[in-house]
Amino acid sequence: MFMEYSLGDLGSIFAMQAFAGLILFSVYLLMALGLAIIFGQMNVINMAHGEFMILGAYMTYLCSHLFQTYAPGLYDGYFFVAMTVAFIVSGGLGLIVEWLLIRHLYSRPLDTLLATWGLSLIMQQTFRSIFGAREVGVELPAWMMGSLPVTGSIEVQINGLFVMALTLFITGIVALLMFRSRWGLQVRAVLSNRVMAGAAGVNTQRVDRLTFGLGCGIAGIAGSAFTMIGSTGPTAGQLYIVDTFLVVVFGGAQSLLGTVFSALSISQSQSVMEFFMSGSMAKVITLLFVIGLLMLRPQGLFVLKIRK
Amino acid sequence: MYDVLRRNRNLELLGIILIGILIVVVLPLALDIFRLNLVGKYLTYAFVAVGLVLCWGHTGILSLGQGVFFGLGGYCMAMYLKLEASTPEATKIQSTPGIPDFMDWNQLTELPHFWVPFQSLPLALIAVFAVPVLIAFILGYALFKRRVGGVYFAIITQALAAVLTILIIGRQDFTGGINGITDLRTLLGWDIRTDSAKYILYFVCCFALLGSMLLARQVIASKLGRILIAVRDKEERVRFSGYDPALFKVFVFCFAAAVAALGGAMFTLQVGFMSPSFVGIVPSIEMVIFCAVGGRHSVVGAVTGTLLVNWGKTVFSESFPELWLFAMGGLFIAVVLAFPRGLAGLFTDQLLPLINRKSGGKHTGVTPVLAE
Amino acid sequence: MSSDNKKPGVWDFQSPTRRQLLIGTAALGAAAMLPRGAWAQAFPTSAVNTTGLAVTDTEVTVGILHSVTGTMAISETGSVQAEKLAIAQINAAGGVLGRQIKFIQEDGASDWPTFAEKAKKLLVKDKCASVMGCWTSASRKAVLPVFEQYNGMLYYPTFYEGLEQSKNVIYTGQEATQQIIAGLDWVVKEKGAKSFYLLGSDYIWPRTSNKIARKHIENFLKLKVVGEEYFPLGHTQFNSVINKLKLTRPDVIYAIIVGGSNVAFYKQLKAAGIDLTKQTLVTISVTEDEILGIGGENIVGAYACMKYFQSLDNPNNKAFVSEFKKMWGAETVIGDVTQAAYLGPWLWKLTVEKAGSFDVDKVAAASPGIEFKGAPEGYVRIHENHHLWSKTRVGLARLDGQYDVVYETADLMEPNPFPKGYQ
Repeated sequence: MFMEYSLGDLGSIFAMQAFAGLILFSVYLLMALGLAIIFGQMNVINMAHGEFMILGAYMTYLCSHLFQTYAPGLYDGYFFVAMTVAFIVSGGLGLIVEWLLIRHLYSRPLDTLLATWGLSLIMQQTFRSIFGAREVGVELPAWMMGSLPVTGSIEVQINGLFVMALTLFITGIVALLMFRSRWGLQVRAVLSNRVMAGAAGVNTQRVDRLTFGLGCGIAGIAGSAFTMIGSTGPTAGQLYIVDTFLVVVFGGAQSLLGTVFSALSISQSQSVMEFFMSGSMAKVITLLFVIGLLMLRPQGLFVLKIRK
Repeated sequence: MYDVLRRNRNLELLGIILIGILIVVVLPLALDIFRLNLVGKYLTYAFVAVGLVLCWGHTGILSLGQGVFFGLGGYCMAMYLKLEASTPEATKIQSTPGIPDFMDWNQLTELPHFWVPFQSLPLALIAVFAVPVLIAFILGYALFKRRVGGVYFAIITQALAAVLTILIIGRQDFTGGINGITDLRTLLGWDIRTDSAKYILYFVCCFALLGSMLLARQVIASKLGRILIAVRDKEERVRFSGYDPALFKVFVFCFAAAVAALGGAMFTLQVGFMSPSFVGIVPSIEMVIFCAVGGRHSVVGAVTGTLLVNWGKTVFSESFPELWLFAMGGLFIAVVLAFPRGLAGLFTDQLLPLINRKSGGKHTGVTPVLAE
Repeated sequence: MSSDNKKPGVWDFQSPTRRQLLIGTAALGAAAMLPRGAWAQAFPTSAVNTTGLAVTDTEVTVGILHSVTGTMAISETGSVQAEKLAIAQINAAGGVLGRQIKFIQEDGASDWPTFAEKAKKLLVKDKCASVMGCWTSASRKAVLPVFEQYNGMLYYPTFYEGLEQSKNVIYTGQEATQQIIAGLDWVVKEKGAKSFYLLGSDYIWPRTSNKIARKHIENFLKLKVVGEEYFPLGHTQFNSVINKLKLTRPDVIYAIIVGGSNVAFYKQLKAAGIDLTKQTLVTISVTEDEILGIGGENIVGAYACMKYFQSLDNPNNKAFVSEFKKMWGAETVIGDVTQAAYLGPWLWKLTVEKAGSFDVDKVAAASPGIEFKGAPEGYVRIHENHHLWSKTRVGLARLDGQYDVVYETADLMEPNPFPKGYQ
């Protein structure tokens, strides 16, 4: 297959494929970041994570309509407003859900799986009732569409760049929050030893609530970003959950670095394999690869030593 | 203490007998064959729920991929039945007679190697149990030996369900793809689509289910059952006491897989086809819900929960399809929050003490050991 | 529900005859004022319904079986709307054999066993004279044994892979060769295409369709297929294959991607800078319904091969579109499957009237040759293999989500569900 191309062409192929891999990496990381925070902190798998993402996507859709009707001049910048709205709405809903539902279930992580699955069903049906069963199209501002030619034969998608920049930004903020802020300190304290942290005066309930809200807010931003590259419909959230869960579990729950590396390895392996074989087989092999690795190293890639 | 145990066992046995009377006597008399066939379908889901009682309720292993085993058992049975329905004269209009129709459309000219053993009923029946149990064993051994449990294990079973779904749908020449294996007609010459056949299959299913329930109850009531509960609640102490929890977990996971596979095979027989829509993540989680609603600690509860939720689904989806999804989501949440031990738990925790108090306190309410 | 479920043989022959006599005398006066009533009497229930279907002197029951909930609800909504419109129109025009159509709607819930279960209910309990239903091949395959066992009549609207034929089904959508062959011939002639890249979602319809396409391209057109790839249902990241497309630069991208993947694919294609007004892309899986989710701006310039487009310029279609929008809202769009679903009740009515009976065996026997000149796509005729003779059309996607019809076969394409040489 490679014989047909000149060296220059091959270089372009690899460059573009690497870029595609980076975009996939950013997508996976963005999807998984919100969940990783929640899972690492509270050992809660939020099965409604996909639906929080789609909530962000629907908010983007609403914003795009609002801007089109009321402020068409500002349309080019609407996406940033939309992402902020998505963060606030998803995060807000996350706070409410934590307060109503999750906080009763901390001692029973398996039960939160089921409860959040029920939540996801309710959210899906709500989307269907409000927005209709069909997918909705979200229009992008003109500057976000198309691609930039870097060299003669290499082009990079603008929205790919946008997603990567966004992921970098969000990851950076989360890392800052985790390791430099007071809240992050409290989070890490609760992570290490919940009881002691409580005894030391940390309001564990508030920390948990904020963490859950933050995780859901990030999911909302991810969903908002994905309107550029995917569909927005009531059941679209289901498309993302398996990948997201695997990235989180593979990375080792309690480590941000683990999530990053996990997203990197899964996305690269999938991207490379997709180039050489069909999409289905690539997906199957990636999943089996992850399962196999988890069988060998079940705690994931990076594990914090914790004294319980 | 011994008294409590003994009365607990008797209560379960009584419950199984009552369920037996319900499904073997009451329902066949009360319902026409159409509705009865539906009940038969629900009962096949109940197999999975019974397995989950042992695996999840008593050992703490949540498997979100029971659909894999249900589907594998169902597919093994379907493969046998499909081969029987694809005799050379029945398929003479095909370009290659004697092979299933979907293989013909995919231009296969001979049976793939792994289909050949399914031409014999004994081998197919063995495969119904052997294939799922083997996969359960491999997965369970690899994971439980390394002390993976809880949420991690659940996610991995989900990934397995996703993998199997993609494989089945993609290899449509080998598996019938997304359509599944349809149009099954006879079992050893006996037409399984007639009403009388449906009645007989229903009763076979009932007795198989009751047998599984009794077997599960036997395990629960035995010393093995006590160890399982101990593994669920305090795995480290069990290890320190000299047992290897991994082996017990593997055993119970394989048991759950075998029971689920039996359910899958019964499903194929009663409904007449098998498709990848039972293998995936969503049906697997639904099966867990049936168990959760009915009571994950009680086989009687699990079967009751399955029947109730499915009956509700059929009734409500006919009249209020949109409301039904809200109701189901709400049900999950309510079960988890308000009555985590399900209906059976409601019965033993609330109703029974009430009855006992009214009857003068002769029997104490039974409260099985539980930490979750 | 009907009350006239009498089994043949357990019948009192006196009362219908007596009824006819009595009413016949009054019919002379009533005939002018109640044409429907008299028409029904000309076709007494005893004669038109000998198999115990839900038929009375005034009503006949049909079933509608589609997904109202679940992932397929998106697609099947249009079919339900079209079928209800057709039934309302037929009723307004006098019904079928003088009887008003009453429909019972069941929800398949995007779950194939539920489809089979509801199909059985509609046939066995409700004794529907016919059922308009199903969308995916999987749902049709699940209900087919039920319809064959209980001798029902299904009108199936979706374009599909063919490889099937049944006395108990009328396929009102195109089968694969009808959709594919004329379109490929056209794109080769119009665009001088020499190389093709085939893409599809990974299940039976795209795989079978691409197989037919490949055979036609390689064996009949003697041109090249430079790539063929499949993606699991629900796949959302297409950057790898888009890179491959950029590298191999095929003359035509032949895309059969469905569902949520569709949206992702076209958005990512556009974002990667592949301009469909310059790169030819032909699809057989994107109707006006799908463009609602994809967004017209992401797919403008693509070609679709269907038998129907909402923008078709003929009097039947203009009336149909305006009636549809009046009943279901001015914002609705009408895709190929929706129109095919609309054909179902009308074809059934015409067949019943030709057969003079509701009995499924008679309806099945009378079907071949039935013509429907009022079809929004122009004209269709039922073939002996229970598929429809219909034209293939190629449409160019516009920014507003509609298609401009750029080509139409001069003749009707013959349906060929088991095409020799293409397998």
